[in-house]
Amino acid sequence: MSAASTRSVLEPSPWGQRFAALLVILYALITMIPLVWIGLTGLKTPPDAIAYPPKVVFDPSLEGYVNLFTARSRQTPEYMASLPPPTSWYDELVRKRNMVITGPSRFAERYMNSIIIGFGSTFLAVFLGTIAAYGFSRFKVPLKDDLLFFILSTRMMPPIAVAVPIFLMYRALGLSDTHLGMIILYTMVNVSLAVWLLKGFIDEIPMEYEEAALVDGYSRMQAFWKVVLPQAKTGIAATAIFCLIFAWNEYAFALLLTSGNAQTAPPFIPIIIGEGGLDWPAVAAGTTLFLLPIVFFTVLLRQHLLRGITFGAVRK
Amino acid sequence: MGPAVAEIVFENTTKRFGSITAVDNLSLTVGDGEFVVLLGPTGAGKTTTLRLAAGLEVPNTGRIRVAGVDVTRAPPAERDVAFVFQQYSLYPHYTVYENMAFPLRSPSRRWDEARIEARVREIARLLRIEAKLSNLSTALSGGEMQRVAIGRALVRDPAAFLMDEPLSSLDARLREDLRVELKRIQEDLGATVLYVTHDQMEAMTLADRIGVLAEGRLVQIGTPRQIYSAPASVHVAMRLGSPRINLLPVGALGLADGPAGATTVGVRPEDVILGRGGAVARVIAVEHLGAETVILMESEGNKVHALVGAGAMRHVGEETTVQMLPGTALFFDRDGQRLDAAPTSDAKKPAERAHGT
Ligand SMILES: Nc1ncnc2c1ncn2[C@@H]1O[C@H](COP(=O)(O)OP(=O)(O)O)[C@@H](O)[C@H]1O
Ligand SMILES: [Mg+2]
Repeated sequence: MSAASTRSVLEPSPWGQRFAALLVILYALITMIPLVWIGLTGLKTPPDAIAYPPKVVFDPSLEGYVNLFTARSRQTPEYMASLPPPTSWYDELVRKRNMVITGPSRFAERYMNSIIIGFGSTFLAVFLGTIAAYGFSRFKVPLKDDLLFFILSTRMMPPIAVAVPIFLMYRALGLSDTHLGMIILYTMVNVSLAVWLLKGFIDEIPMEYEEAALVDGYSRMQAFWKVVLPQAKTGIAATAIFCLIFAWNEYAFALLLTSGNAQTAPPFIPIIIGEGGLDWPAVAAGTTLFLLPIVFFTVLLRQHLLRGITFGAVRK
Repeated sequence: MGPAVAEIVFENTTKRFGSITAVDNLSLTVGDGEFVVLLGPTGAGKTTTLRLAAGLEVPNTGRIRVAGVDVTRAPPAERDVAFVFQQYSLYPHYTVYENMAFPLRSPSRRWDEARIEARVREIARLLRIEAKLSNLSTALSGGEMQRVAIGRALVRDPAAFLMDEPLSSLDARLREDLRVELKRIQEDLGATVLYVTHDQMEAMTLADRIGVLAEGRLVQIGTPRQIYSAPASVHVAMRLGSPRINLLPVGALGLADGPAGATTVGVRPEDVILGRGGAVARVIAVEHLGAETVILMESEGNKVHALVGAGAMRHVGEETTVQMLPGTALFFDRDGQRLDAAPTSDAKKPAERAHGT
């Protein structure tokens, strides 16, 4: 009981803390299960993946990953027997299913598209958002409130509601199925979020710092660069993650506006199912790889993110 | 190293924000090597005055010169002044060293790193913050932060220093220490300082001259002694002195011999004498301050404060008599302007009052 007497009245009791921890762990488990399942499915063979009851213990196989990155064709047993011995481990893996590798699949290319479009539009949205937010925060802008409302109002409907006009416009402008077109589109959707989030962060940086820099012999631009940006980096990191998550996961526009050239990973991954039966391990492998950049980016910016998302509450 | 005549001059400077006149037709010269303190309550226009001098605001009318150069419209970077802000004084993402080196690395100076390091260490030694140079600026106590802020101003060796209540966020003890140190450094360097505060104690101890600001106007400027003993108005008289000056109707305490037109008489609490004859008074409160005691009395319907030595014990409810030290009364007219008391010999005070404005 001596422990209870030394804790602050604002602190929850030890049992309360344990209960809270239990809830958090339970919640984490529930949200992790689908992800873990996808990760495991990517390492199963196709029969294991659809086995009933589901297999939790299984022999891991890289078949899903091989299938993800290759195009294959099914051959007759006679043809298979006539082939020279396999030259690599993945050749061997494919031949067990009576198939031969005919070339690389388009997954790597789609994945690259996702990276270019996702990171490109995130960079642009955060860049434009930072400058606009700084302007709105620091200068007397005529009709400031109306402009800010207008910027926010672009998010009041789901972007896909304007799919038809955008589709027509993009066709007319030759932006359909181009990287530039997709970058512009995602930037446009994200920039309003970026302006609003970043304005909140920049508003919280006292003007005195910039003024001190001006008096210390710096120009306004240099003061922005040396004093405002370093202090806004928490907000910039948080904003960048939100923008990236949207652009990375976006499916509907990608499906509608891209096909051959600029298609991103989200509309591509489901197509894998069609190539040679229900290839769940390949889909799961694709999904796993698709998740990695966001996980990596989030972990990289983690210490900023925690402060950024709870902004206002725990600045300083 | 600094320019020959490092002075700040305001000429009929006015700054308005919408309908508010924050600085109203200010004319003031801070001479080379002089420490001028502007004293005024919150909203008097102190910060705005400094911001005008720094170039963070542009005046509506009037001119400002620093070290002989008209800088009325010059951007801050082109003025040779340093600013110590009231709060948020240090860049939080930098260490103490980087904070102090920041002005020297600016495009307008661009010192080489060896010279910067020598200079920063020199100033850090002066301010006794050498041990903290590699600390992040957020990992300092309030007193250390303000020392670094002052250090960041000092490294540049500017023509003039502008200081906006730099000690107001510190606790009393620290404020006192830093005040003494600031004065020492200013005297050592012969620095020109325009310092603003609402703290009369700081004004009295730091200033070569005090300017009293009220609603954007410079009401009076003079040495601390002049401002204290010959205030231009009731307003100025009330700004200095603790406890505040006693304001009584003419005729109270037997003070009937004021000049013509006098309606109010001001008596400093230390000039009130107890128990040696005069009007009858009853003690209603006693505050012991250690070396001194403040006694609040009621006499002929007026409340009177007296500041007496610790030896003179009084008790609440006690009857005594009260009078004032001869020649110390200040007389004010209906508008609160001070009138020359004919019987006293302070004839030259009004001339001093005009000096410097
Ligand atoms: N940027 C501003 N916009 C509008 N009013 C201002 C601004 N800066 C100061 N003021 C007003 O000018 C007056 C003087 O302010 P200030 O110089 O900050 O006083 P002090 O520093 O003596 O407290 C106040 O009434 C204040 O409200
Ligand atoms: Mg102020």
